Amino acid sequence: MNRASRLPPHLRDLARQVEGYALAYGLDPFDVVFEVLDFDEMNMVAAYGGFPNRYPHWRFGMAYERLSRQYEYGLSKIYEMVINNDPSYAYLLESNMDVDQKLVMAHVFGHADFFKNNFAFAHTHRKMMDAMANHATRVRRHQDRLGVERVEDLVDRCLSLENLIDDQAPHVRRRPRRGAPAEGEDRRLARGLRADREYMQEFINPPGSLAEEQARLDAQAGRPARLPERPERDVLLFLLEHAPLERWEQDVLATVRDEACYFAPQARTKIMNEGWATYWHSRIMTEKALDPSELVDYADHHAGTLATAPGQLNPYRLGVELWRDIEERWDKGRFGKEYEECDSLEQRRQWDRRLGRGREKIFEVRRLHDDVTFVDEFLTIDFCVAQRLFAFGWEPGRARWEVQTREFARVKERLLRLLTNRGQPAVAVEDGNHENRGELLLAHQHDGVDLRLDWARDTLRALQSLWRRPVVLSTRLDGRRTLLRYDGREHSSRRQD
Amino acid sequence: MPLRIKQDQARFRDIVRGRVKANLRQYLTRDELIGQQGKELVSIPVPGIELPRFSHEDRAQGGVGQGEGEPGDPLAPGGADGEGGGAGSAEGRHLLEVGVSIDELADLLGEELALPRIRPRGTDRLVADRTRYTAIAASGPESLRHVRRTYKQALRRQLASGTWDPRNPVLYPVREDYRYRSGKAAPRLESNAVILYLMDVSGSMGDEQKAVVRVESFWIDAWLRRHYPGLRARYLVHDVAAREVERDAFFRTRESGGTRISSAYRLALELVRADHPADGWNVYVFHFSDGDNEGAEDTRRCVELLRDGLLPAVNLFGYGQVASPGATGAFLGELRAALGDREELVLSEIAGREGVLDSIRTFLGKGR
Repeated sequence: MNRASRLPPHLRDLARQVEGYALAYGLDPFDVVFEVLDFDEMNMVAAYGGFPNRYPHWRFGMAYERLSRQYEYGLSKIYEMVINNDPSYAYLLESNMDVDQKLVMAHVFGHADFFKNNFAFAHTHRKMMDAMANHATRVRRHQDRLGVERVEDLVDRCLSLENLIDDQAPHVRRRPRRGAPAEGEDRRLARGLRADREYMQEFINPPGSLAEEQARLDAQAGRPARLPERPERDVLLFLLEHAPLERWEQDVLATVRDEACYFAPQARTKIMNEGWATYWHSRIMTEKALDPSELVDYADHHAGTLATAPGQLNPYRLGVELWRDIEERWDKGRFGKEYEECDSLEQRRQWDRRLGRGREKIFEVRRLHDDVTFVDEFLTIDFCVAQRLFAFGWEPGRARWEVQTREFARVKERLLRLLTNRGQPAVAVEDGNHENRGELLLAHQHDGVDLRLDWARDTLRALQSLWRRPVVLSTRLDGRRTLLRYDGREHSSRRQD
Repeated sequence: MPLRIKQDQARFRDIVRGRVKANLRQYLTRDELIGQQGKELVSIPVPGIELPRFSHEDRAQGGVGQGEGEPGDPLAPGGADGEGGGAGSAEGRHLLEVGVSIDELADLLGEELALPRIRPRGTDRLVADRTRYTAIAASGPESLRHVRRTYKQALRRQLASGTWDPRNPVLYPVREDYRYRSGKAAPRLESNAVILYLMDVSGSMGDEQKAVVRVESFWIDAWLRRHYPGLRARYLVHDVAAREVERDAFFRTRESGGTRISSAYRLALELVRADHPADGWNVYVFHFSDGDNEGAEDTRRCVELLRDGLLPAVNLFGYGQVASPGATGAFLGELRAALGDREELVLSEIAGREGVLDSIRTFLGKGR
């Protein structure tokens, strides 16, 4: 908060105060720059995904229209927004009461701490504010040169593929270093055509031709036998490297990919991140920052954040309850072999080893987990029962959504499946030269849920327009392996078994 | 300063316009729209503004929730799929409600039906189209470059980037600083216009027939209003006798008994002569009936009234005959036989709700 911002003095004091509490609890946030916005600016920034400047695209206009409408009708109001950047930027709604501003600030410091310390964010661009503005400028320039619609059409198509990135890629090295010789491979020697008779040798394979062949073999040696060598989950990257794109097309595609990669960790840690921020705002507010006169408003708004509706899981709620559960378990020592194997309900209920390691544990967890591992590791059967979690599904016979089960294993499995790969289907480039015709083969790793077919077709269309050659998606539909193909003119599908 | 996002919003609205236009027929015949006024926004559900991607089938995927309910209980309404259920509700989820004004819809209607612009007549008619350069844009032809704004922008940039030196105040505009004037054509029409709506409210006109008239007259009204700001509308109903009524009553009244069309024509003629003489007014008359007149005698009187009185005084006289079970619908044929060559007269048969747009095209396609 050293930047000269438009923050009025009393809010600056509040921010400094709340930051002091946060630091005292051991949080380690980025510096946070607070900006005060009126509701219209707030809606704009929210429509832009938290940034003040994005490239021109209608979907931001759509989001803005929806937010403005909701605000107008009093259906919803955006309280808090913060972006992962160093320093983090956060926005305060001008018309909010002080108690709300404090709540938002406390919440924001929770997020800023999470951004800075969680492993999933370790490789994100920390100057994204500037990067986004540059993207905007570049796309505008393309639009000025080529026309709005042409560029927008490409952006639409790229956005259709936006989810096909590899969010684990920043953490591991998937490919060998460029130029490194493959190990254990001998140099292939040119042998020339077969000559049965010794004296024919120099006629069938003149000296020059052997040298040429040798050169060709050497050049080939570095190249992989197939493209990609192993299935490539980062479809956008593969397109960037291998699709015959014009420079501006490449630029737009790279822009869309950069932004998708930037946002992916947030989708990957939604429950943890929101839970963490909620946990800290409630602690900071109730233990430190709250004035008794503000209690009712605070309770009201806090409850609003945690409200659940049937049919949707509130990440704030689930997250904060999980964090509290972890803290309690590690405070009381309710973990490990001894506790797990204890059969007596009574004993389990009374279980308290007075370890007091809860705080330490949650800080460790916020560093090392993402939603999938978080839920997998810490969502226990007791928690599931106490929080009344259930799995629901579509009942075709009665044509309605129904509660299906409260059985722990199934609920947890369903939840994990929804979180895996940010809920997106796992699709990878299998072959860039399918059937030796330069076609692109993608493989969908089917995990029990079919793809939405009409969308899959439209997406193939977008993919084909970038790859230029026909594209094929291998997936399962109704339990049978199916190849969906789009060749630029028509769709076809072929059952394989 | 307008927000940056307004451009995106405008772009989005363009796209919506396109979608609305594609489905115009089904929207325009909806009853809820009727009764709205020009700039008022109406909510229209627009399907399919979304970016497709590889995604799981929602219904196969299911979800996880929190709260009450036993296995087999339905999720409370407002859950993942909302209300409805049954066939077609899958699309229902992705419907987006957008606000469109009646004026915009009228424009779309005009484009869809390829309606010609109306050339008003009268003493004080149109002020010519003028392009007014009132806006500033970041791109444009060099001839429209706005020097002052350009330099202002350059100053702003130099101040922001710290290259401004007050002791040596020289500005160097670069490409990004250039600002251009940009403008918009603003047609201004000023004419007096009045529409008279005549409706047969005799016993044979049922609710469905009246609904058709309602929809049709509403859109005719909307279209004409686009061309005549300050258009007046007057409403006449008739069975065996005619009288002028309020707009509300026009659509609600249901009389019983016979039909004497000449009564309405006579009243209309009186009104036009008294209040809207042809040299200062653009007069439109639309008459809707099921075409069952009292008898040949009265029909002859109608033809006379039209030929000698009404037709010379109006821009357009539209007769729309709504199909009605049990009505002979002879009136339309008789008018055609007697006056079919008069170009002020337009005759149209409205088959039902679906026929409304075609009928509007027949009425307004002449551009009078």
